[in-house]
Amino acid sequence: MSGTETGPVLQVTGLRKTYGSAVAIDGVDFTLERGGSLGIVGESGSGKTTTARILVGLERATAGQVLLDGEDVTTPSRRDRRRRARSIQMIFQDPYLSFDPRLTVEESIAEPLRLHGHGDRARIRATVATLCDQVGLSTRNAAALPRDLSGGQRQRAAIARALGIEPRVLVLDEAVAALDVSIQAQVLTLLDRIRRDTGVSYVFVSHDLAVVRYATDTVLVMRHGAVVEEGGTEQVLSAPRHPYTQLLLASVPAPGWDPAAVAAANRALAPADRG
Amino acid sequence: MTLTVPALRARRVRRNRRGPVAVVGAAVFLAVVVVAAVAAPLLAPYSPDATSLLDSLLPPGSPGHLLGTDSTGRDVLSRLLYGARLSLLAPLGVVLASTVLGVAVGLVAARGPRWADLLLSRTMDIAFAFPSLLLAMLAVAVFGAGLAAPMVALSIAYTPFVGRVVRSLAVQEGSRAYVESYAVMGFSTTWVTLRHLLPNLAPALAAQAALAFGYALIDLATLSFLGLGVRPPESDWGSMIAQAQPAILQGLPASAIVPGVTVLLTVIAVNLLGEHLGSSVGRTDRERA
Repeated sequence: MSGTETGPVLQVTGLRKTYGSAVAIDGVDFTLERGGSLGIVGESGSGKTTTARILVGLERATAGQVLLDGEDVTTPSRRDRRRRARSIQMIFQDPYLSFDPRLTVEESIAEPLRLHGHGDRARIRATVATLCDQVGLSTRNAAALPRDLSGGQRQRAAIARALGIEPRVLVLDEAVAALDVSIQAQVLTLLDRIRRDTGVSYVFVSHDLAVVRYATDTVLVMRHGAVVEEGGTEQVLSAPRHPYTQLLLASVPAPGWDPAAVAAANRALAPADRG
Repeated sequence: MTLTVPALRARRVRRNRRGPVAVVGAAVFLAVVVVAAVAAPLLAPYSPDATSLLDSLLPPGSPGHLLGTDSTGRDVLSRLLYGARLSLLAPLGVVLASTVLGVAVGLVAARGPRWADLLLSRTMDIAFAFPSLLLAMLAVAVFGAGLAAPMVALSIAYTPFVGRVVRSLAVQEGSRAYVESYAVMGFSTTWVTLRHLLPNLAPALAAQAALAFGYALIDLATLSFLGLGVRPPESDWGSMIAQAQPAILQGLPASAIVPGVTVLLTVIAVNLLGEHLGSSVGRTDRERA
């Protein structure tokens, strides 16, 4: 399709979103390389989910620009919805709620394939089988309704459905947050393998630093709608410069963890950005 | 062991408030009524219009006339069987028309542009101010007696009731995450609304339609009773009650009571089924959450 095959797949500049007088995000810039994985971390209300929703066209940015494969997709339009969908897809936090409860998993996976013209009935059936195989869903899982699957299986199904569209960018909004830790690891490994196999890029929105450390190359730390620190994931998380990043890291329960000290540091940080 | 059994049974009864007996009974009764309407020519012992002044106002249980006769000697059972046809078909038509219209209005209001919602919601508010029967009587006054005018009028009068329910259900369903996920996948709002949202509303709509059927049956029977609905020689249960008025004054109310009780039982049966449908919708909703 259109767009260049070189250069960053996603380029965001000066993104701003306000709801009335409330500022959700302000001045977010970042670049996502082809096949790369970018983490956006921050506490709830930091604007990371709003950013993700603007990327996929669920929200309209107040200002700024989103370039997807060199193409300006800042303003979502009904006309371009299908074209944008082919480039960028999203996995939601609760996969259960992102399926039509009446449809079986394979029907749900087949639907976007039909919309985006992936061939006749037989070819689509074959593609669905391949996708299910790719994410580790059995034939029985595929024939089941979403409510009969476990959380991990549903998230695999959601990944299969999004991958069928063959997007260049996959936005994962707290995609493993609702899963058990052991299932989280499985899904993260799966995502990692898919990225290597297909060359898709990830935007990983998460509050979980362990997830971000495992799944991303670069990371943005957001607080109150603004990016406070960014850089290589390993570097930012092992040697954080901004006090908020240090606080986030200190907030992770670990041996020698001191909740009281974290709370005190949080209080000390708060007036600084109010002033 | 003997102690646990009553405890289990009590819990089951509490969950199924109406109990399966009432629901099954209602379904069986309605099936009988529908079969009677369809097979009226086979089942009716007499022509519904055959008068016999010698046999007028026979009480129910008379030989040859199971439910008695009316003041002109027509067989009440035969008239009841034939009358079932218009008594059921007319409200069915009203329910179908108002459901189609109401679904269209409700979906556009819930999922369309904001101005459409404002326009449709305000129009529905105004429409609520008109009593449906009054509207139907007005239509009869303008277009003349007969079934067509009141059916059209009631269909229009019921539309805002359906529309308001559909709108609120569609707004609720539209806030579910799957609707957003379809938008991200590139599906149009119209497609998602018709192919995913509407089918998920269908059970609730069926329950609503069953209740509307009961109302329509009563409203149309009322109009026929007032002489504004079906016109002779056609008849329905409402006009049977109306024609039994002189007999009531003579102290022989049987030919009015029989169709009256039939209307009552039919409406109760439909409402029971509708309520059952509605409650099972609620149950699956809770399981979903």
